[in-house]
Amino acid sequence: MLYRENGQFKVSYAEDQQILPIVQDRWFMLALLAFAYLVMPAIASDYMFLSLVTPFLILAIAAIGLNILVGYCGQISLGTAAFMAVGAYAGYNLVIRVPALNFIVVLVLSGGIAALFGILFGIPSLRIKGLYLAVATLAAQFFVDWMFARVKWFTNYSSSGSVSTPTLEMFGWTMDTPVEKYLFVLSVAVVMTLAAKNLVRGHIGRSWMAIRDMDVAAEVIGIRPLYAKLSAFAVSSFYAGVAGALWGFIRLGAWEPLAFNINLSLNLLFMIIIGGMGSLLGSYFGAAFIVMLPILLNQVPGALGIEMSTALASHLEAMIFGSLIVFFLIVEPHGLARLWQIGKEKLRLWPFPH
Amino acid sequence: MARLFKARVAAMAVAGMAAAMSLALPATSDAQQKAAPAAGGKGEQFFPVLVYRTGAYAPNGTPWANGFVDYLKLVNAQGGINGVKITWEECETGYATDRGVECYERLKTKPFVAAVQPLSTGITYALTDKAPTDKIPLVTAGYGRSESVEGEAFPWNFPLMGTYWDAADVLVQHVGKLNGGLDKLKGKKIALVYHDSPFGKEPIALLQERAKLHGFELITLPVTHPGVEQKAAWLQIRQNRPDYVFLWGWGVMNSTALREAVATGYPRDKMYGVWWAAAEPDVLPVGADAKGYNGLALQHGAGRAKVHNDILATLHAKGQGTGPQEEVGTVLYTRGLISAMLSVEGVRQAQLRYGAKPLTGEQVRYGLENLNLDAKRIDGLGLGGVMKPLATNCRDHAGARSARIQQWDGTKWVFTSDFYEADNQIIKPMIKNAAQRYVTEKKLTMRSCADEIAAAAKAATPVAAPAAVKTAPAAKK
Repeated sequence: MLYRENGQFKVSYAEDQQILPIVQDRWFMLALLAFAYLVMPAIASDYMFLSLVTPFLILAIAAIGLNILVGYCGQISLGTAAFMAVGAYAGYNLVIRVPALNFIVVLVLSGGIAALFGILFGIPSLRIKGLYLAVATLAAQFFVDWMFARVKWFTNYSSSGSVSTPTLEMFGWTMDTPVEKYLFVLSVAVVMTLAAKNLVRGHIGRSWMAIRDMDVAAEVIGIRPLYAKLSAFAVSSFYAGVAGALWGFIRLGAWEPLAFNINLSLNLLFMIIIGGMGSLLGSYFGAAFIVMLPILLNQVPGALGIEMSTALASHLEAMIFGSLIVFFLIVEPHGLARLWQIGKEKLRLWPFPH
Repeated sequence: MARLFKARVAAMAVAGMAAAMSLALPATSDAQQKAAPAAGGKGEQFFPVLVYRTGAYAPNGTPWANGFVDYLKLVNAQGGINGVKITWEECETGYATDRGVECYERLKTKPFVAAVQPLSTGITYALTDKAPTDKIPLVTAGYGRSESVEGEAFPWNFPLMGTYWDAADVLVQHVGKLNGGLDKLKGKKIALVYHDSPFGKEPIALLQERAKLHGFELITLPVTHPGVEQKAAWLQIRQNRPDYVFLWGWGVMNSTALREAVATGYPRDKMYGVWWAAAEPDVLPVGADAKGYNGLALQHGAGRAKVHNDILATLHAKGQGTGPQEEVGTVLYTRGLISAMLSVEGVRQAQLRYGAKPLTGEQVRYGLENLNLDAKRIDGLGLGGVMKPLATNCRDHAGARSARIQQWDGTKWVFTSDFYEADNQIIKPMIKNAAQRYVTEKKLTMRSCADEIAAAAKAATPVAAPAAVKTAPAAKK
């Protein structure tokens, strides 16, 4: 009744090509952005910003990057955390060695350096496919782990191998309060999501999807696999690199190579599997599920006033979290984004389903 | 079809509930946090307790946490800190930096946070940048950043009782002494088997400095988290046959290293663990083969002093103990206990200046910077014979830098050496350098300690009867 597109006629190509063709969707998106920009700063606590929302947004950016590679182009990668690490350490070195640089420039350059790395480690994808490629991308993970732990130059000869970042300044504005950090990350996420949306629905995205669905057929209709695959690796790593820089500078502030280990790569892969492969919205759902749910579960006993040992609460957290993953995968193997889709379809018929 | 639909509706309902909870939860916890000070009347001193009772480091993290919490319970049972009751909340970090930061953010919002002790060098690095903004002191007893001893550059860090540079220095001094002098170390080989994290890498700088000085060869062998896979490191030991192996491990890595040493045929009595690799959970799983293994003692070893008996009598006898009774008096239990004691004493010291009421982190920082635990006070705390006197000031945030060697005789840890003092001539310049680099890198300015030390000397009142609390001058802010 409320959510249907009856009577919304498209009279120009521009209208037909809108990202959100239905009026209600546009209003919903506007309301969501208004909520994120205006209402959230007013209602949320510093703890929510620093520990829940900002990490969620940063990892959502990384998940979008991985989704471009895995969900849209069909190239399985286990090296996302490596590309994040490249972004983070590139950002750190840029800030330390060229202090005059604006942080936005640093972010873009970090993404760019990560993209170069991505292309390098994407080259094997031209020859190998599927699970074999996943194993090959593991090489990126281990190489990067090794490089940042052993090559001292990258950590500015820090005695413990841990690096810490100076306060962030741009345009004379010092970003130090949690709200400022949140708004900055939110803006980066919005811009990068919009860019990703336009990429995946344009000709580049179509070539990725063609490769994903059947690479031989794609080649026959004139798509160059080299170009398509390596561009997917580059864009994906760019997103991961930017997310890595944000993770290091804004979320952690100080980190060691362990912060970007294989666990993070796997977590990102879980995010897009649970959220929905080949869906930008799914990246957000997945990131929210993996980042926020364990922390919230951990606080449930305390919030309900149940006396429970810390160890038991942690074990329960792991158990409930695990079973929820299994539950969602059984109920909807295509991820949370598919559930959302189903919900919208149901809503169109509501309240008179046939 | 209908069944499938129902399942989907159920799934959506669960998703909806999760979403609702995600909104509702932080709100309620906020409300509780704000309500807390009112509940205690004049308020209570809050101690965030970051622990790990699960995961690969739980065998070592759990006794530490139990000792920590038991001591807080004991202080409350004895009437609090000059009448101010203590509250605390545990948060599980799993030794992971990001979870540790999350715990810190969660607990720092409580009123009257005294000091935070993360029990992880990685988390310490992350919190070092946050402490100045949040004005919460960071106490790292026996771990953390070595250069943070320098209070001029790190006003909020307190690596009390000694750092890893002190530890490495003492170990080198000890093996030097065994060989009849530090100059006799020339040409010897020392292998460092370390946990590949900030914790494990911390001593390398000092060992390199010492290697240059005395001409011994340093072989560094990293072991990746969680440390159950060490074959590569021990293969190198088999090939290089170092004269000594220093073990900088934590958690399950320590017992694994001892097992590997047995398999490699490396003599255990040539192995020296840092004070985090010299506790019961490290040697007990290895059994009789661990006999002869040496470790550093961060002043205290195992065994029960008066404070342990107090804890057994006031808490465990009434079933209020945190962990199993047998654990009381083990190495890591006592370490946790002393760590808690240091924070509590910091609060007590700060109360001399600010009065016997719940204090803010900023006020507690003053107390920690002016700690003065002399032998009499330590006896009063029931820790006589367990630790040496400790006094901090603005320039020296460690307060003590001595350690001794203990050896596992198959059933218990026994001291085999006297106290060694870490050599300031070597460590001081390194601290100065590293602190200076930190300050430049972070675009900070060092504060000057000269005034503060003078002011502290003037205001110094002996830690004594509660009467002193009232007469303590309300010094300038």
